[in-house]
Amino acid sequence: MIKTDLVLDAKGLACPMPIVKTKKAMSGLDSGEILEIQATDKGSTADLKAWAQSTGHRYLGTVEEGNVLKHYLRKSSEEEKEEKKHPNVMKNEELEQKIDANQDTVVLDVREAAEYAFSHIPNAKSVPLGELDEYLNELDKESEIHVVCQTGNRSDFAAQKLTAAGFKQVINIVPGMSEWTGPTGKSVN
Amino acid sequence: MSVKEMTAKEVAKKVINKDELFILDVRNESDFNDWKIEGENIEVFNTPYFDLLDGVEEILDKIPTDREVLVVCAKEGSSNMIAEMLSDEGFTVSYLKDGMKAWSEHLEPVKIGDLTNGGEIYQFVRLGKGCLSYMVVSNGEAAVIDSTRKSDIYLDFAASLNVEITHVFDTHLHADHISGGREIAQSTNATYWLPPKDAEEVVFEYSPLEGGNVVTIGNTDININALYSPGHTIGSTSFVIDEKYLLSGDILFIDSIGRPDLAGLAEDWVEDLRETLYNRYRELSDELIVLPAHFMIVEELNDDGSVAKPLGTLFAENHGLNIADEAEFRQMVTGNLPPQPNSYQEIRETNMGKITPDDDKQREMEIGPNRCAVR
Repeated sequence: MIKTDLVLDAKGLACPMPIVKTKKAMSGLDSGEILEIQATDKGSTADLKAWAQSTGHRYLGTVEEGNVLKHYLRKSSEEEKEEKKHPNVMKNEELEQKIDANQDTVVLDVREAAEYAFSHIPNAKSVPLGELDEYLNELDKESEIHVVCQTGNRSDFAAQKLTAAGFKQVINIVPGMSEWTGPTGKSVN
Repeated sequence: MSVKEMTAKEVAKKVINKDELFILDVRNESDFNDWKIEGENIEVFNTPYFDLLDGVEEILDKIPTDREVLVVCAKEGSSNMIAEMLSDEGFTVSYLKDGMKAWSEHLEPVKIGDLTNGGEIYQFVRLGKGCLSYMVVSNGEAAVIDSTRKSDIYLDFAASLNVEITHVFDTHLHADHISGGREIAQSTNATYWLPPKDAEEVVFEYSPLEGGNVVTIGNTDININALYSPGHTIGSTSFVIDEKYLLSGDILFIDSIGRPDLAGLAEDWVEDLRETLYNRYRELSDELIVLPAHFMIVEELNDDGSVAKPLGTLFAENHGLNIADEAEFRQMVTGNLPPQPNSYQEIRETNMGKITPDDDKQREMEIGPNRCAVR
């Protein structure tokens, strides 16, 4: 089960209905929220991908369960325009080398669970930004914590929050998963 | 304004008659780039239906009013929706019934000619995929060669001519489309012939088709001489029918030649291909009419919609038959190969009887262009 903000049932519907319904459901979501679309129309995968690209939403991936295709989309957000405030940053490549040298490097992935599911840094821990507070007690305040998201903005916000909560060595990874070229893992089939 | 339905058959007629038609193809770009309806006087314009959900205003100036307009999608639903929207704007448009799915499967029978001792030979032109198949008819009997997946088309056609299908042939193990040969043979009790070298992994009963085989259709003298002609596959076999027609399978096409790589053995089979095209075929009469199993571009169609040309003409005009230098030939057929047909491995396994996908899956495997040739 991948945690999402809304599940749309488009099973049994033929093209164009899965996209028509997706478009409608998407307009009711907030930026950054995740929509799961359940469809049985085989053509829906290629069409959703192309539709997401032309509208600026992000297509995360599709999981096949029997006859049902579960597609995951993230509503487009304006996060790219925000200014980063957390002073301690590190480039993707540097983090990659660091993980290479030490597999125990702590990486927090603060994207939504669905984004994490389709592609993440192998040892990264999934801690969606909205659930960060619940994890504060599980983490060591003295050790280095690398925070990553898609483009470095949510992680910037998370890094500030962790620092304010007393964490000493928080590092924001830039630009983040959107340009990550190192190894990745998947937690869905 | 009203929305009309157009069948794949009507579109086929327009392609063959070179009628003018404007097609608005509303599938996604990658499907559109993969394959589309083509014709000499057909103009095609692509805008995905999902970019038009808020209205068709932005494409109205692209839609002509001096020609028939057809909206096309994968299965029908989206084209119907967009056609309705255009109709609301005052346009008279049609949508393609059952979409590209129907276009992919439609066969147009064209009579090629009469046979010496009575009987006829027909070519079935699958415009949407470029597949060509054949029926030889004589005195109440019929043979089907290189049939496509939809076997009922041949069964119905034979019934309409009041003939019984007694023999079914495949010139080779196909990699671009699913053969209907086995199904036709089963439902008519006909003999199913396959080249044994292509059929080593086949899991059902068949009769081995080998050089020198002569099969008689009807009680007139229509002989099918199997001519071993490897190169596209190791077993590829050509037929000479009635000493007049050369069924060349996927070895030789009108404007191109077969590709040798669909079983992963381009380097091994390129010499066989050359031997077949440059030596064995050279020994045949120039007057034989070449009837291939594919065409690649609509320009290969004759005015009546058939795909056929004398062997002598091909020796003069087909580039693939005119490369004197062996190394250059090798380079052309192994160096610059187009992408392989969609799902070609699964299609081969289906034709061997190893897997039996359901109807929807088979249809999906076949969607797209055939890409069996090199030019």
